[in-house]
Amino acid sequence: MTKKLHIKKTYKLYIDGKFCRTESGRYMQWISPKDNQTINFCRASRKDFRNAVQVSRSAFNKWNSFSGYNRGQILYRIAEMLDSRKEQFISELILQGKSKKSSKEEVEMSIDRLVYYAGWSDKYQQIFSRVNPVATPYFNFSYPEPTGVVSIISPKDSHLLGFISVIAPAIVGGNTVVVLAPEDNPLCAISFSEVLHSSDVPSGVINILSGLSNELIDHFSSHMDVNAIINCGVDSKDAELIVKNSSLNVKRAFDYSSINWTNPDSQDPYLIMDCQEIKTTWHPIGY
Amino acid sequence: MAKNSKVKKSDSIDWDYSVALESTDHISISQEYKLFIGGKFVKPLSKKYFNSINPSNEKILSKIASAGKADINKAVLAAKSAYDTIWSKMDNAERGKYLYRIARLIQEKSRELAVIESLDGGKPIRESRDIDIPLAAAHFFYYAGWADKLDYAFPGSKVSSIGVAGQIIPWNFPLLMAAWKIAPALATGNTVVLKPAESTPLTALKLAEIIQESDLPPGVVNIITGDGATGELLVNNPNVDKIAFTGSTEVGKMIIKSIANSKKKYSLELGGKAANIICEDASIDQAVEGIINSIFFNQGHVCCAGSRLYVQESVSSQIISKLKNRMDHLILGDPLDKNTDIGAINSNEQLKKINMYLDIGKKEGGDFYQSKHTIPKKGYWCAPTLFTDTSQSHRIVQEEIFGPVLAIQTFRTIDEVIDKANNTPYGLSGGIWTDKGSKIFQVSKKMRAGVIWANTFNKFDPASPFGGYKESGIHREGGLEGLAPYVNFDNRTL
Amino acid sequence: MVYNTTIDQVGCKERVDRIFSRSIKKESKIWALNTVLSMIDLTTLEGRDSSGKVKQLCYKAAHLHDKHPGLPKVAAICVYPSMVAIAKKSLERTNIKTASVATGFPSGMTNLNSKIEEVKFVVEEGAEEVDMVISRGHFLSGELNYVSDEIAKVKTACGRAKLKVILETGELCTLDNVRKASELAMHSGADFIKTSTGKISESATPVVVLTMLEAIRDYFDKTGKKIGMKPAGGIGKSKLAIQYLVMVRETLGNDWLTPDLFRFGASSLANDVLMQIVKQDQGNYQSSNYFSLD
Repeated sequence: MTKKLHIKKTYKLYIDGKFCRTESGRYMQWISPKDNQTINFCRASRKDFRNAVQVSRSAFNKWNSFSGYNRGQILYRIAEMLDSRKEQFISELILQGKSKKSSKEEVEMSIDRLVYYAGWSDKYQQIFSRVNPVATPYFNFSYPEPTGVVSIISPKDSHLLGFISVIAPAIVGGNTVVVLAPEDNPLCAISFSEVLHSSDVPSGVINILSGLSNELIDHFSSHMDVNAIINCGVDSKDAELIVKNSSLNVKRAFDYSSINWTNPDSQDPYLIMDCQEIKTTWHPIGY
Repeated sequence: MAKNSKVKKSDSIDWDYSVALESTDHISISQEYKLFIGGKFVKPLSKKYFNSINPSNEKILSKIASAGKADINKAVLAAKSAYDTIWSKMDNAERGKYLYRIARLIQEKSRELAVIESLDGGKPIRESRDIDIPLAAAHFFYYAGWADKLDYAFPGSKVSSIGVAGQIIPWNFPLLMAAWKIAPALATGNTVVLKPAESTPLTALKLAEIIQESDLPPGVVNIITGDGATGELLVNNPNVDKIAFTGSTEVGKMIIKSIANSKKKYSLELGGKAANIICEDASIDQAVEGIINSIFFNQGHVCCAGSRLYVQESVSSQIISKLKNRMDHLILGDPLDKNTDIGAINSNEQLKKINMYLDIGKKEGGDFYQSKHTIPKKGYWCAPTLFTDTSQSHRIVQEEIFGPVLAIQTFRTIDEVIDKANNTPYGLSGGIWTDKGSKIFQVSKKMRAGVIWANTFNKFDPASPFGGYKESGIHREGGLEGLAPYVNFDNRTL
Repeated sequence: MVYNTTIDQVGCKERVDRIFSRSIKKESKIWALNTVLSMIDLTTLEGRDSSGKVKQLCYKAAHLHDKHPGLPKVAAICVYPSMVAIAKKSLERTNIKTASVATGFPSGMTNLNSKIEEVKFVVEEGAEEVDMVISRGHFLSGELNYVSDEIAKVKTACGRAKLKVILETGELCTLDNVRKASELAMHSGADFIKTSTGKISESATPVVVLTMLEAIRDYFDKTGKKIGMKPAGGIGKSKLAIQYLVMVRETLGNDWLTPDLFRFGASSLANDVLMQIVKQDQGNYQSSNYFSLD
């Protein structure tokens, strides 16, 4: 009996809820340290990034108008979908050179992290909003609102848990994101798009690109319609470039490169608040 | 009820809606239900049973076990053992996951639960389907998320669970009240013995089946059916650490007295006689709809119902005439008809009580108006009723009727009406209708009630705290505040 | 006139949701479907309309689905002024009315004289109903007298023809404005108030329709006059049309459930209703292949 030939997966970009190739037609080749198999990933261009920001912006108004409860339901569903594909992700991490045990741990922590942030969706507002006791007869209240479109440069050395840990707080707070997958090991990030695609996440809320950071960091950090940038691990020259570029439109810039994502303390609602703005409203009290 | 539609003469149209029954062929109700203790359904040691009937046709739905003292003790000990050996030791996040599972199961079985809720309690299927069941699932979802986040809930304070919670719930929102009680108790690490109301045990028992399906460790939730005596036994059981009760103020007071010499914590959600205030600058049509929602939702079996209406005199005749017109379009009938607005009164006992107040109201002299409906021959029914030109001294204005009966008064100025609104031993809720924002904030500040609805009424959400001032109860359910009654504060001795 | 009625949008939407939760089945559904059909203003308002197109539409209006006997006829055909004479001739042996848009439809951005001339023209050509547009720019900048005056003058030019006043609610933005425009139109002589031209992306929405029906009810309570209502655009499905009938019944009462007081401005609705009627009769879901497309 002839052995059946394995139908290899094509790894594409995930933009606006669709799987597409890079408009540039370029690729980057990845070789598994475990068994030398090769995978050709899309080498995203600045135009792909530009398109992703556009759809992110259109998706923002819709995503922002979802109730916290609704967003929480969607995040919980992402966890459901990831849990049902546990084995796939464990084997992908093994392919990237991790041990079976630590791969299993990483996938399980990722699922739990999604459930954790799902639970914050309709509660962080209660912790971080206030009625302020001003001295004049006004009802004065402050509450958080999402900052808008957030670009994210994934952690280099945490291929699943790391980028989930950064995406979840941003989107649970109502932002939309454009994510650069870990450059050297983009597999899990790209497979994660399949999970998102089956999770009721509206198109454009999460966009995932594979590509080379040295080509894309400049654009990720200088785009005038991006409101915040989260950098999870770049070299110091790039880190400086990111902050300098942020000044162009006063982008909120965050450096998460020192966070150890396997530490249970690395999940907390303050990461949600990083991508929130506080709005305060006054209204008279009287007849 | 609804006749065939026909054109009588060429210029007279009479379009009624045909009956649109929700199907019942996909639901299952057992002929008999036992007590749910330690993760299993077990026979009552009391050997006693009672019938649960459908109040819209008086037919028996099922035979239900009635727990006696020994049964309650067994349930409480099961809860205590589950607390000591499993639940208090479990990782917080894992506890939350059970609650997520229960929420999902409620969603999956939502239609069956809605149908059974309407059969058992008499409320319209539209309400159980669109309001009760979705909110019940939402409560489990909301509190699931708190399980591993309690460190953030109380600034400067770490908290821990209390132990075994004895919970007694009423018949007006059976599954929803079960969710309001169980979800926060479990999220904060406690175990539960829940006693559903005597006239509406079925959805709580279906919840017990769901809890089994969720693999919740045995004994974490125990559901023991019975009557008022069962409830009293639960309150007095020495191994119960905390009591949560929703029901009448009268019984709430008895509970406080009976646990006075124990260290038991308690939270109570009791009666109300809410003032609903309509100002002349309100959006009138929406205000009228708000009145309908405030007093005829769930046949008025709502503790926070807007049962006292105060209308500014300059718009009172307009509002009352629109209100009567709107009432005439309400449909009273079979709770399983999707078009029914007014279902059955929950029990014969409750109907007698409402009718007693109707007599009192007529004797006291308010003008009486009821919309016209074909009342079914069997079952317990009360048509939507108004009493206009009432005053603060009328008994129907002071006492909680718990039925579709609205007492209406006029007012001239806003400060006059606020005094009248507060002139009651109750303080659960209140409503204010006006287009002026500053007035909303001022009235909200001055009204002594736990929930103020501005330009709306009877809105509920698991994130929003609910509970009363004064004799309407102590503590809150829902929101962050809803966690407090179920925890001990580590740095406080209270 | 002072127009100070405010509408709470959230409360209005809640009432709509409750009305839309009604379940209309069996005999009440059959009655509703037939009634919807009798209330349709079959419409063609395209720049590329021609005499051939209008003749075909008029034939369809009189022969909706001859295979199924006993169907009611639609209420009217609605066309552009240059097509009125053709429509009128094609409908001569039927009771179906000829309605025409006028007053610089759809934008209304032309001078008053040419608007009046256009109205007189369509009435002379035989239109029994005139659908005019209000001047939204004037309305939104607060020149209510101008708007009211224009409507009154058009009404005079209509003579015996019935006047439908299109508010173009999609441009009015708030329900407060919809209410204001409704009251203004009724006080100025409208026989019908109509939601939309169908030419901008937002046409009749349920909260707008409810707001207009409530305005009609309050006007009736004040004056005893019954004004008609016509939602137009975006109503392609029978289910929505029936939900609007429920809305009419529960807001205005059974008296308004007649083509004399309620119309649907629609084109594809008729075939959807026909498919539902046949389905109710035969028991199986229908395909559009079996219903003529005109």
